[in-house]
Amino acid sequence: MNKQEMADEALFQLLHIEIVSYVYKSAEQGEESGRCVTKLENMGFRVGQGLIERFTKDTARFKDELDVMKFICKDFWTSVFKKQIDNLRTNHQGIYVLQDNKFRLLTQMSAGKQYLEHAPKYLAFTCGLVRGALSNLGIKSIVTVEVTTMPACKFQVMIQKV
Amino acid sequence: MSRQSRRRSEKQQIDWHLPSTSSTGSAYHMGTELFILTYGTLVAQLCEDCEKDEDINKVLDKMGHNIGTRLVEDFLARSNITQCRNSYETAEVIAKVAFKMYLGVTPRVTFWNQAGDDCSLFLEKNPLRGYVEIPEKHSNLLYSNMICGILRGALKMVRLQVDIQLLHDSVNDDKVTEIRMKLMRRHKAVRTVEKEQKHPVGT
Repeated sequence: MNKQEMADEALFQLLHIEIVSYVYKSAEQGEESGRCVTKLENMGFRVGQGLIERFTKDTARFKDELDVMKFICKDFWTSVFKKQIDNLRTNHQGIYVLQDNKFRLLTQMSAGKQYLEHAPKYLAFTCGLVRGALSNLGIKSIVTVEVTTMPACKFQVMIQKV
Repeated sequence: MSRQSRRRSEKQQIDWHLPSTSSTGSAYHMGTELFILTYGTLVAQLCEDCEKDEDINKVLDKMGHNIGTRLVEDFLARSNITQCRNSYETAEVIAKVAFKMYLGVTPRVTFWNQAGDDCSLFLEKNPLRGYVEIPEKHSNLLYSNMICGILRGALKMVRLQVDIQLLHDSVNDDKVTEIRMKLMRRHKAVRTVEKEQKHPVGT
């Protein structure tokens, strides 16, 4: 991995931290934290839509849902976070669990239970990212995330059958 | 049922490791694209939150400042640059190394003034503006103002106070982004000195 790639990561991580801090600061006047998470998720959604358009410009058509999820786990995650998803589970009925044992946006924060209560703020954007990516691939979904020990986290994708 | 995602050799076919100077360079742009798109969403959100363009510019500058204070450490760690001897070198390092490393472009450094501390950085192709169209009602918006904030914050951490302004952001027909940078002064190093105690501390 050359220095150029990693440099981009640092820039994005710092921007992400600033965005989270801005959204929470501008909501100090009596708004609940739920609204901030929604705002961040929507921002991630828009970015995810744009990104997936760029990435899949030249790729072949996806065979099915599972193929799409594998793409997200491997290629998409690699492009965005420079690593793959460590574990993909599914119940074959529209629920997928993506497990990342060393989530890039959390590694600098803590390696255990410290700051656990702040983790959701920094994961909302990524949830939106995944939701936006899936949306532009024609899949409507709800993405949530679960963290028990930083920096590992589990993204749960629930496909909505229209 | 659980699946392990295997690292297959097909991953190597997708060449994410192309150096930025390669002719196909697209792999490099992937890295900055995330940043560019995120920046765009941020500005869009700010346009909703703030009424005046001046407020948006201020917020962008402030956020840039916070980012810059941290980014400079990352920059110094990666680039192994030694101390610059004068402002020419400083400007060159910023243009040729820093911008190249983070945004993949190299602005031109020109228009030095007599005293040699005031210069302009010209970005022919501003990467931040890649997918952006600014509507008429935000004509006073300095879209790339965060870059100024980042430079200001970063230089502050190396004890250089600068006055940075974004003069033209590539709007409408103007294709060029111009950043005016004036190096004002060096901060003095703060040293803790043992002071004589006027009033001896009681036991």
